[in-house]
Amino acid sequence: MATPRAALPIQTSRLENGLLVTLSPDRTAPIVAVNLWYHVGSANEREGRTGFAHLFEHMLFQGSEHVAANEHFELIQRAGGTLNGSTWLDRTNYFETVPSQQLELALWLEADRMGRLLPAMTQEKLDTQRDVVKNERRWSVDNQPYGSWWEKLPALCFPPSHPFHHSLMGSMEDLSAASLDDVAAFFRAFYTPDNAVLSIAGDVDESEVLTLVDRYFGWIPRGNGRPALGAMDVSTTFGTALREVVEDDVAVPRVFVAMRTPVFGSEGYYAASAIAAILGTGRGSRLHQSLVRERQLASAASAFTFDLAKGTDLLVIDATARPGVSVEALEQGIGDVLDELRDKGPRAGELDRVLAQTETEFVTSMQGAGDRAEQLSRFATYYGDPALLNEQVARYRAVTDHRIGAMGSDRLGPDNRASLVYVPRNGVAA
Amino acid sequence: MSAVVVRPVPGRSRPYQFPSFERMTLPNGLELIIAPVRRLPLVTIRFVLDVGARQEPRDIAGVASLTAAVLAEGTERLDAGALAEEFERLGGSLSSYATWDATHVRTTVLSSRLEGALALLSEVVRKPAFAPREVDRLKEERLAELLELKSEPRGLADEKFSSFLYKQSSRLSIQEGGSQRTVRQLSVNECREWHASQFAPSATALVIAGDVDVDKVMKLTSDGLADWWSPPQAPSGVDDTPDREYASARLLDRPGAPQSELRLGHVGLRRDHPDYFAVVVMNAILGGVFNSRINLNLREKNAFTYGAFSSFEWRRDAAPFLVSTAVATPVTVPAIREVIAELVRIQSGPPDEDELSLSTSYLDGVFPIRFETTDAIAGALASLRTLRLGNDFYDTYRENIRAVTADDVMRAAQRHIHMDRLQVLAVGDRAQVEPALRDLNLGPTSIVGDDDE
Repeated sequence: MATPRAALPIQTSRLENGLLVTLSPDRTAPIVAVNLWYHVGSANEREGRTGFAHLFEHMLFQGSEHVAANEHFELIQRAGGTLNGSTWLDRTNYFETVPSQQLELALWLEADRMGRLLPAMTQEKLDTQRDVVKNERRWSVDNQPYGSWWEKLPALCFPPSHPFHHSLMGSMEDLSAASLDDVAAFFRAFYTPDNAVLSIAGDVDESEVLTLVDRYFGWIPRGNGRPALGAMDVSTTFGTALREVVEDDVAVPRVFVAMRTPVFGSEGYYAASAIAAILGTGRGSRLHQSLVRERQLASAASAFTFDLAKGTDLLVIDATARPGVSVEALEQGIGDVLDELRDKGPRAGELDRVLAQTETEFVTSMQGAGDRAEQLSRFATYYGDPALLNEQVARYRAVTDHRIGAMGSDRLGPDNRASLVYVPRNGVAA
Repeated sequence: MSAVVVRPVPGRSRPYQFPSFERMTLPNGLELIIAPVRRLPLVTIRFVLDVGARQEPRDIAGVASLTAAVLAEGTERLDAGALAEEFERLGGSLSSYATWDATHVRTTVLSSRLEGALALLSEVVRKPAFAPREVDRLKEERLAELLELKSEPRGLADEKFSSFLYKQSSRLSIQEGGSQRTVRQLSVNECREWHASQFAPSATALVIAGDVDVDKVMKLTSDGLADWWSPPQAPSGVDDTPDREYASARLLDRPGAPQSELRLGHVGLRRDHPDYFAVVVMNAILGGVFNSRINLNLREKNAFTYGAFSSFEWRRDAAPFLVSTAVATPVTVPAIREVIAELVRIQSGPPDEDELSLSTSYLDGVFPIRFETTDAIAGALASLRTLRLGNDFYDTYRENIRAVTADDVMRAAQRHIHMDRLQVLAVGDRAQVEPALRDLNLGPTSIVGDDDE
C-alpha cells in the first residue's frame, strides 16, 4: 500500500443569498482556480427548447452589464488565465485558472454575469451564438462518424418522459425557436446564487478570500426557488435487452452497450466504477485482453461510467470492430466478457490492481488547481459536501470481491443491456 | 450591498520559477534529467529517445510508431498480458508512442513505487519481446485506423494537408504513422532491426519529475542502466522543403457533408529559427487565443464556425503552419476569403498595442499554469532534449515573450507567412463548393481522393 497522505484542506460556507462557497488553499504555486457550478442542465429544458441550456452557456460569454461581448475571454486571457464553460445533463460549469493576483478579476467577472447578465443581452448576440452552436452541432455530431452516439445512447436508455432522454445539443428546429424571452426566463429561474456553488482552489489567503467573495457576490439577490425537475427515478435495470441499429457514414461497426448502475457517489457507485475499470481501463482490462488481443474482434475497447448523480448512472462499453468482423460477432464477444464477470466475479488480484490504478489516477488528477476546484463543485452540488472529495480513495478501497460479485449479478445481466450499434450505411463492413 | 461596478486591479504577483533540474550523462551516453517536485507523492518517469518518424526510410514509414507501440506488448521476460498486469500492480499505466522527432515511453506512479516502475520501464525500452502475433495485430490495428480515417473528415483533413506540403520523395509526405502501403511492408523483422539500430543509450534521455531524491535516482539508474550499451545511431536528416513553390487549392469530395473542413497554410519553419518568439506571439494574435483575429472574424463576427485557429507546429524540421476550421457548407468560400484577408492583414502593418499586449501577457501569465503536473514538467524537460533547447529556455521564456515588439510581429508575419505558396484544402461537398472555389483563383485547383498516399 502507498504511503498515507494528508487530506486536502477543504472549507465550506454559505453566503446569506444562498451561494455555497468551498475553498481549498494550496500555496505551492501562484495559481488559483475559480469554478462555478450552476445546478441546471439540459434536463431542465422545457418541451420544444432542446439545446437551450447549452445555447445559454454561450450567451454567458456575450457580456453582462459592465462587461462587453467576448470581453470575459479577453480579460482572463490578458491576465494570463485559462477559461471555459461546459453544459451537461444536470449542471453547467464556468471556470477560470489565473495567476493568483488576478483572483478578484475572475470573481468580479463571474459575479457580474450572475447578477447582471440581462442588460447585455441583444437579439443580434443571440442570433450569432445560435449560428455558432448550430456549427458546433455540425462539427461534433452531424459531420463526425459515430458523432450522434452521445445523444442516441441517453435516448435509448431513458424513457421519453425522462429529463435525461432528449439531446443536450438540441435539434436545429428548437435552437431556431429560442428567443430573448427564453434567455430571460431561464436566467431568472436557474442562474441564482442559491442554485450555484463557487469553488476556489489554489493560492489564496484564507483570511481574505471570504470577504472578497462576499463583496462581489453578496449583493446578488436569492432566486425564487428552482423549478423542480421531472421525475428522475427509473427501475434499476432495463428489464429487457434493448437494441438500436444506426446506419452511418462509417468505415467499420462500433458498438455501445449501456447498463444502468447506481448513481454517482452512492454506496454502489464505487463497485460499478471498479467494474468499469476491470472491464475497460487500459491494456490489462478484460475487454482489451479478450476482444482486442486474444480474439481480435475489436481494434479498440473500453468502459466507463457516465457519473450521473440522479435517477441512475450508466456503465458504458465502447468497442470498435476490426475490419471484416461482423457486428454480431463483436456484440457476442462483449456479451461473453460481461457474462464471465457476472458469473465468476473478479479473478485473484484483479481488484487490487484496479484499485492501485484508480488511486494513482485520483492523486494525479489532484495536481491541477482547476481539477481540484471542479471536483469540489461536483461534490458540493450533488451532495452539499465538498469534503467528500477526501473520502474517495477510501471508498474505492472499501470495494471487495464480494461487492463486485453482487453488483455483477444485479446489473450485468442480459436484462440490463442497451446496445447502440453503428453499421456502415451500405450495410457491408469494409 | 450593491454590484461592484469598478473592475478590480491585480495585486502584486508572486514569483514563479520553473522547477530546477539536474542534467548529467552516464558513461554509456544515457542522459539523466531529474526535477524534484514535492507537491504530491507522485513521480513521472519518461524515456525520450531521438528516434522519430523523421529518420525513417520512406519505404518503411510507420516503423517508429509500430515499434513504439510494440514496446507495450511484452518483454523477453513478460508476455503482453503479464506486462500490463505488472504495470497495473504498480498503479501505473504504460504509454509508448513515436512522434516525428522522438519515441516516448512513460508512466506516472505514486513515488513509493519509483523503484519498481523504473526497473519495469527500463526493461520495456531495452528488452521488448517483439512477439510476431502482437506485431501483426498492432499492424492490423494501424491499417484499421487508416481505413476509419477515410470517414473522419477532421482527421482526414489534418493528415492529408500535412502530407501535401512536402515533396513526394520526402518521408514527410507520408503521415507520421505510415500509409496503407508502407505499413503493409512492416513485420517483426523491421521492428527488431529498427530497435537494434536506433535504441542506443547515447540517443536516450531519462526524465524523472516528481517527489524524488536526486541521489537516490542517480543510484537507481546507474545500478540499472549503466550496463546498457549499443553503438550510437548515424546522424540523419530529412527533406523538409516545400513541394510547391506556388499557391494551389485542393478539394476532397464528401458528398452531402454539412460542413467543410478547411486547412490553409504551408511549410513553416524549424524550431531552432531565431524568430521563434516573434512567430509565437504573431500566431497568438493571428489565431492562437480566443480573441484572435481569425476566431473573432469567423466565429464571433460571421458565425461561420464553432472555432477557427492558427498554429505553427514546432519540430526539428520545418513543420506545418496552418489555419484550421470547420464551416457550414454554404459559407465555405466566404470563410476561405476571410482567412486569406486576415493573413494579408497581419503582414500589412504592426498590430496595435492592445492586441500585442493581450497575446504577450497571456503567454507570459499562463506559463506557470502549463506546468502544474509532473507529467507536464517531464514533457517540457523531454522537449529540451528533443528540440535541442538551452537549459535556460524555461527560465528565460517569459522575458523573451515580453520582449517581442509590434514591429517584430509584423516582420515575423512578412517573413514567415507566404501567400505566394499558400496551400488550401477543403474537405466537403464538391457539388456545392467547387464552382466558387475555382472562382477564387487560388492557383491550380484540383480534386483529390482519400487514398493515403
